[in-house]
Amino acid sequence: MRELTYAQALREALTEEMERDPNILLMGEDIGVYGGVFKVTEGLMARFGEERVRETPISESGFIGAAVGLAMMGKHPMAELMFMDFAWVAADQIFNQACKMRQMSGGQVKVPLVIRTQQGGGRGNAAQHSQCLEAHFAHIPGIKIALPSTPSDAKGLLKQAFREQDPVVVIEHKLLYNTKGDVAEQMDPILFGKANIVRPGRDVTIISYSRTVLHCLEAATTLAAQGVDAEVIDLRTIMPLDMDTVLASIRKTNRAVVAHEAHRNAGFGAEIAARIMEQGFQHLDAPVERVGALDVPIAYSLPLESATLPSPDKIVAAARRAMRMEA
Amino acid sequence: MGLTTEQLKDAYGRMCLARAFERKCEELFMQGQVRGSLHMSIGQEASAAGTALALRDSDLLITNYRGHGHALAKGISPRAAMAEMLGRVTGCCKGKGGSMHWTDMSKGILPANAIVAGGLPTVVGAALAGKLDGLDRVAVVFFGDGAANQGATHEAMNLAAIWKVPAIFICENNLYSEMTPIGKTTTNKDLAERAAAYRMPATIVDANDVEAMHAAVSEAVTRARRGEGPTFIEAKTYRLVGHMIGDSQIYRSKDEVEEWRAQRDPIRLAGDKLIARGVTRAELDAISAGADATVADAAAFASASAFPDVSEIFVDVFEHNALN
Repeated sequence: MRELTYAQALREALTEEMERDPNILLMGEDIGVYGGVFKVTEGLMARFGEERVRETPISESGFIGAAVGLAMMGKHPMAELMFMDFAWVAADQIFNQACKMRQMSGGQVKVPLVIRTQQGGGRGNAAQHSQCLEAHFAHIPGIKIALPSTPSDAKGLLKQAFREQDPVVVIEHKLLYNTKGDVAEQMDPILFGKANIVRPGRDVTIISYSRTVLHCLEAATTLAAQGVDAEVIDLRTIMPLDMDTVLASIRKTNRAVVAHEAHRNAGFGAEIAARIMEQGFQHLDAPVERVGALDVPIAYSLPLESATLPSPDKIVAAARRAMRMEA
Repeated sequence: MGLTTEQLKDAYGRMCLARAFERKCEELFMQGQVRGSLHMSIGQEASAAGTALALRDSDLLITNYRGHGHALAKGISPRAAMAEMLGRVTGCCKGKGGSMHWTDMSKGILPANAIVAGGLPTVVGAALAGKLDGLDRVAVVFFGDGAANQGATHEAMNLAAIWKVPAIFICENNLYSEMTPIGKTTTNKDLAERAAAYRMPATIVDANDVEAMHAAVSEAVTRARRGEGPTFIEAKTYRLVGHMIGDSQIYRSKDEVEEWRAQRDPIRLAGDKLIARGVTRAELDAISAGADATVADAAAFASASAFPDVSEIFVDVFEHNALN
């Protein structure tokens, strides 16, 4: 097995998928000659040409809308949103157009569109470049949502995104691009809606996705030293959502913590907690704990940003509360 | 480039069909059978018919919530369209879209859009897809003067220009952005001026004259098929009815509306041309009666059709039905 960075794994997925399907084309800001601001598309324009790796003006509504039109007419475009925060600039084209065309037309059109974007804080990008917005997407029916936490998942989930016949948003994390991990050379796509138990455990279930999974694993190590055996579940996709794996775990542990980097208020963790309550209340020995960013805009200054975002310590504290242990 | 008499009769028929169809919709709306909002294009039929006559079935159309005339002229089945108005399973969108989202991919009619300017970015991609496939297919988008002030319009026009896509931007300027007169929404005397910002060829046309409209669109189609890129057409027209049913129209005078109705009704103008070419009044009446009969048949078909089964809610959300 080779080690690749998360960015390299994504590039490999794009390359393989573009080799497989000539209808795939990429579009976005600075993705051509420059290779994207996170270098994910580096070299792809040289390899596939300017028609298939299309540099766009800074015009998110325009090029995501164009991607919707391409998708309806038989192409499989990938539009790169440089920062998730710009989704709102293109919100009409994503939520009113891409998500609804199949249904509004009574199934006459489909929109096989992949939006690749990255989100998250921890780098001092301040309030307009650090947000996690997956819950906004999850609220609107008609789009699938993948949030890979490792290089291997990045490759497998992005490959699957191009096998879907509906809009998909693949949400990367800006602090994961340089992380390394084993990635198989020959790799099947990872089917959506199948959570990954990244650390088995008996005492408490910690449910997460994206970069926060790494925090959860760190927290689990700390908890192990305190005699708590945590099971960590990486959902991989939140739409579709694999509640079966979550509930099976809770039947074993009887305790649950949901952790994500997005704001806690109305975050996707609230949905997971509600479903656990609806579908597994009888198995719970304690209320479901939620960990998320504080409900304030994310500040620039390091101590302020750090205090706003979730951390392994906060996940440990939440797990201890779920275990009814002293803080 | 004028229309032959046969073409003009064809255009006349399409215009009569649009008007009869919408008058029927109005009736059904007042009876509570058509739900939501009903935005009629009465007075703007020549823009639709002139455009459709310049297009092939395989060319693409994206229209907006005032798009019944466009889709009917492009060939959507009146039965399927009327069934859609009544929310029936036989509707063109199985009753899921209603008045504002008519679709018929077999006629190149992409889903109509109810977000003002929502279809403009999309048409750029639809046009680009054909270009990438080496087709000489063109894609037309209709939007109003109101949409001309949306950001998406400008993003789309810029993209269309830099990518030189075979798209035709038809701005139907009916002088009112919903209920607000154009003098309050832009300083441009003509909206065609906007195209110059993107170095896109533009033309202004009297869109109540179906021949003028056809000529303008034909020229744009020729350019697009030759690979010369997009064109902006400002189709100057007038809506003879309110923005939607129930619009009090206090923003314009009755005299103004009456003057347009008496002098500039596009169906009457086309009829006058046909009479001048020797077509008899009886022939025109027969065309008009044919449109009425088509609409009556469509209404009967729609009324006799079933509503969709409630299980349809979960179909067409995703490829494999709704999730979660």
